[in-house]
Amino acid sequence: MNVGRIGGLLSRHLYLYQRSFARMLEIFYWPLLDLVVWGFITMYLQDAGVSLHGAVAFFLGALILWDVLFRAQQGVAVSFLEEMWSRNLMNLFASPLTVGEYLASTMIMSILKVTAVASLMMVFAWVFYSYDMLKVGVSLLPFIINLVVSGWIIGVLTTSIIMRFGQQAEVLAWGMVFLFQPISCVFYPLEVLPPILQSIAWMVPPAHIFEGMRAVLIEGVIPVTHIVWATGLNLFFFVVIVAWFYHTFNICKEKGMLVRVGE
Amino acid sequence: MSKPILEVRNLTKKFGDFTAVDNISFDIHEGEILGLLGPNGAGKTTTIHMLLGLIAPSAGSIHMFGLDLAEHREEILQQVNFSSTYISMPFSLTVEENLKVIARLYSLQNIQQRVDAILEKLEMSDIRSKLTRKLSTGQMSRLTLAKALMTEPKILFLDEPTASLDPDIVHKIKAFLKEYQRNAGLSILYTSHNMREMEEMSNRIVFLQHGHIVAEGTADQIVQRYGQRDLEEVFLKLAREPKAQ
Repeated sequence: MNVGRIGGLLSRHLYLYQRSFARMLEIFYWPLLDLVVWGFITMYLQDAGVSLHGAVAFFLGALILWDVLFRAQQGVAVSFLEEMWSRNLMNLFASPLTVGEYLASTMIMSILKVTAVASLMMVFAWVFYSYDMLKVGVSLLPFIINLVVSGWIIGVLTTSIIMRFGQQAEVLAWGMVFLFQPISCVFYPLEVLPPILQSIAWMVPPAHIFEGMRAVLIEGVIPVTHIVWATGLNLFFFVVIVAWFYHTFNICKEKGMLVRVGE
Repeated sequence: MSKPILEVRNLTKKFGDFTAVDNISFDIHEGEILGLLGPNGAGKTTTIHMLLGLIAPSAGSIHMFGLDLAEHREEILQQVNFSSTYISMPFSLTVEENLKVIARLYSLQNIQQRVDAILEKLEMSDIRSKLTRKLSTGQMSRLTLAKALMTEPKILFLDEPTASLDPDIVHKIKAFLKEYQRNAGLSILYTSHNMREMEEMSNRIVFLQHGHIVAEGTADQIVQRYGQRDLEEVFLKLAREPKAQ
């Protein structure tokens, strides 16, 4: 791994974001809009006397963490789209940049996006709904790290599909993560799922993360079992998906798709 | 003659049933400009993409600086670059920003000095802050040439670098390239559809047709061998020959 090359590719995205109002808006607009809507829903439920212990923490906390997953995935997948749209893939992969360095730079980009979005949402939730997520403290950190890794896994999967099938698959950069939302149990406990879906959900790291998050936010306990499961599953899927990406990259080189992917 | 800096042996590329490049072999020596000539679809660009490691060959080998591209991709690509009228660079970055990103990808030192120097050499200093999307075709060609030359490659692949440019810019680019090549001892693989340009630029020419090498030598040797008046007539004769079954 050459740190200079990773930094080089990262600088290409930072130049882009510092200039592009549309891209900055994309980072901040939807998360803030989500927060406004879910904030009002939470207030309505409280006013209506719905008995839901820790409703604010339940919904707003879940929403902020969902955005961590979503932005981590987008950081990887949209970075690839940017290269595809600007027909820059040839410049990158005809340079000494390796596939591993490419992936590393997109993952760092996703950390930057997640940090920006999550910070803003936490400030917004604190100012408008008096919800201070920082009060929960470091016990949420393992879940946030696991969510970022889950986002990378979904992002790399999305990127490999876009690389293989071209522009017709680019909508997946925004849609793929929602495929995992129902079984990730973001806004409801896992027990509300039908038994068959519960079995599937236990194999998905975000389900453990959101279950664990609820235990931290509402009950104030640290669910070690969920952390261990989420970490183990994430490590397994991360190794599998990176190997899959290398495999897809080689298939694209064989089929000559790397030079045509933006067409 | 010096040892070849680039050696291609029995290179083949098949896409399903279609053979784009069929068992071709050629060398490029240090400081040599080799012209790769052929009609559209002859396999020129596919060959260059294989030389850049962007397309995996179906068979054959590529060695540069005595190293196998399949095993020493990073070391080789560090010393190689390419330019083409058909490639682009990120539109939302300025000329200078794009060059800085490339400089980092090639782990160059003294990046600002390198960028300043290449911009000055290619008379682009006045457009360094211009967004890439606002460049004219000629300026874009010079930018892709700047990104290729800034890394001081030992081998340069130029895929139709002057296509769709006006004669004034073509003249400037050719003059610059010839002078740069002489001073730097650069080896170049050059493709073009312009026969005069090919004769003028190349020390030797490889003529590709339907993925095969059908002629090889200096422009004069090829013209004599086919009994034509000039390279353009040879091109027309060879390009119109039907594909052998």
